Amino acid sequence: MSLRTFKGGVHPFEGKELSKDKPITELLPKGLLVYPMSQHIGAPATPIVNVGDSVLKGQKIAEAGGFVSSPIFASVSGIVKAIEPHRVPTGDMVQSIVIESDGQFIETTYTPVDDVTALSREEIIDRIKEGGVVGMGGAGFPTHVKLSPKEPDKIDRVIANCAECEPYLTSDYRIMLEYTEKLVEGMKIILQLFPNAQGIFGVENNKPDCIEKLEEAIKGEPRLSVCPLATKYPQGGERQMIYAVTGRMINSKMLPADAGCVVDNVETITSIYDAVKLGRPNMERIFTVTGDAVADPRNFKFCMGTSYQELLDAAGGCKTEPEKMISGGTMMGFALFDLDVPTTKTTSALLCLTKDEVSRAKGTACINCGRCVEACPELLVPSKLAKFSEKGKSEDFETWHGLECVECGSCSFICPAKRPLAQAIKDMKKDILAAKRKK
Amino acid sequence: MSDMLKVSSSPHVREKDTTSRIMLYVIIALTPTSIFGIVNFGWHAALLIAVTIASCVATEWVFNKIVKKPNTLGDLSAVVTGLLLALNLPPALPWWMAVLGGVFAIAIVKCLFGGLGQNFMNPALGARCFLITAFAANMTSFSASRFAADTFTGATPLAIIKNGDGFVNTMDMLLGKTAGTIGETSTLLILIGAIFLILMGVIDLRIPGAYIITFVVFLLLFSGRGFDWNYLVAQLCGGGLMLGAFFMATDYVTSPITPAGQIIFGICCGLLTGIFRLFGANAEGVSFAIIISNLLVPIIEKYTIPKAFGLKKEKEAKS
Repeated sequence: MSLRTFKGGVHPFEGKELSKDKPITELLPKGLLVYPMSQHIGAPATPIVNVGDSVLKGQKIAEAGGFVSSPIFASVSGIVKAIEPHRVPTGDMVQSIVIESDGQFIETTYTPVDDVTALSREEIIDRIKEGGVVGMGGAGFPTHVKLSPKEPDKIDRVIANCAECEPYLTSDYRIMLEYTEKLVEGMKIILQLFPNAQGIFGVENNKPDCIEKLEEAIKGEPRLSVCPLATKYPQGGERQMIYAVTGRMINSKMLPADAGCVVDNVETITSIYDAVKLGRPNMERIFTVTGDAVADPRNFKFCMGTSYQELLDAAGGCKTEPEKMISGGTMMGFALFDLDVPTTKTTSALLCLTKDEVSRAKGTACINCGRCVEACPELLVPSKLAKFSEKGKSEDFETWHGLECVECGSCSFICPAKRPLAQAIKDMKKDILAAKRKK
Repeated sequence: MSDMLKVSSSPHVREKDTTSRIMLYVIIALTPTSIFGIVNFGWHAALLIAVTIASCVATEWVFNKIVKKPNTLGDLSAVVTGLLLALNLPPALPWWMAVLGGVFAIAIVKCLFGGLGQNFMNPALGARCFLITAFAANMTSFSASRFAADTFTGATPLAIIKNGDGFVNTMDMLLGKTAGTIGETSTLLILIGAIFLILMGVIDLRIPGAYIITFVVFLLLFSGRGFDWNYLVAQLCGGGLMLGAFFMATDYVTSPITPAGQIIFGICCGLLTGIFRLFGANAEGVSFAIIISNLLVPIIEKYTIPKAFGLKKEKEAKS
């Protein structure tokens, strides 16, 4: 029987061997930590501390700036040094709180719950909101918003996105192996919100040990199951994940809830557990430092706000001069030009590559071969869309459904002419969406 | 260190296949039938292949020099055009006509429209049709196969069928021991090349499959011969149909990029080939069928825009 998956997709070099067998080790930061106020989709958080204040680890330092927003917490104890714009991995300058660690890591007191099942839906959502939990797979959508659909009873599938299809990343893999219980308990908390839902762990079959471990952990749980998926990029894309697991399709104008689904990433679910059960806010995460240039590729549990440079140093620095450094994986990560940027709720890896394939690739004109069409998980015609983008033809772009693009980059990856297809499509998509917002 | 870093938009990796590698695969796939053409028709065939390729390559180089564009010979597409054109020429054609064909294919059909990826018509077939119109006598006189056992010197199997005089040996046609253009005679070797391309992921069966099925159905309906096995095999193996279906109609640039469009395009090729062969004055019709279908590509694409993932459902949900 062929495994469940989606149409299209590509098979980039996985590179996970570098770090997959390295257990999670804790890294305590030194010196300055930077907390950008926008680590999520929605309104930026508002600082509630002043320069000179002393803070404890786990203390809220910024309040959510609206319903679609999320609070931010100090991950170390120390003193607020500054509140000023700072560069973030995506290249933007974002208002940030800078805290100097006192090296003590003194934690504030939390309010754990003994019996989570006794909590009401509102109480659970509130604890998630107050815990600053956002989608940690990269999008950063506030989780309390995601878990508050209009009709919770119509949700019949809660999917744990355990695909980790992005090359080189192994943090979710390590969590599945090392924090299996936490993941399953987190899932049960979400299921408590949706009484009619089944919980499904969608795992790519390149992680058989995770599938085994999860299956062992959910024995005797009638509402939980594991769904092995074919290993293919972008299996972890939300729409692709929903389709593979349930056969339901959603488009850019729909939410997973419209298909009766809620999808959460591995680490989001463990953060939900921390926030709801332990009352411990979202301030630490698992991070992979890897790539062929890194001396000792590792998986760290670290305090958010730590700089990329510090994480790289902790992994032994670079053994060879890197040509490219990426925040995230090779398919959707952001190229960095500076390591003096902070880690946030949505950053999951630092990848240092000795060779940059992109700048070395020699391209030709598009030969219309159609490989991008075969690769596109959204069944689009990327080569056409890119041409429309280059010529500024926004109407044609929309006629050919360009706004459905999920920006996975499969088209650019597969293109034999090495056209920057995804880049061109992203450009025009951004322009059109910006113009629509103005209206 | 940071001033050494490269920065670009994601993704940061690229698949290994390149344009020139794809073109190289096509050249490799055409090698068996090319070699057989030389064996079958002698050294003049080899000369024609050489001068046609040389003419195509030289034309592209000169054109790019004149218009001050970067040299594009590295993509190997000019070599593919030259080889395909040569395989579509009668083996006894005067060499200078072949050179002229090469110049026409590259300069007029390809480069004037913007070079690789921009031409709306298959350059090799465009040039062939140019040569047929300009030098009708030379382009339709075929020398006999070296292996021919009978005395039908210069008559292609399709011409024999068309005139209704004589028997065609379909086994000879399968192997290629017949008269015809340099590269069209051996169905077997063409199919071996085609299978190679399919295995390498260069082409798929949408266009050739739709083409061949449509053509067979058309013959069954309108040839008046019913299910005549010998006739059908002769029609399929003759007149460059296989070469056209697998190597010319599948030309990326001049065929639709939409999956549904590719099937419609194949059907168009099959229908036109059937019409030309059954009702036309000429015994053959593959070249014209494909280049006319090439002209329909923009319209076909316009009406076959694929439904994006999940869009259908949205409409159902609304209604």
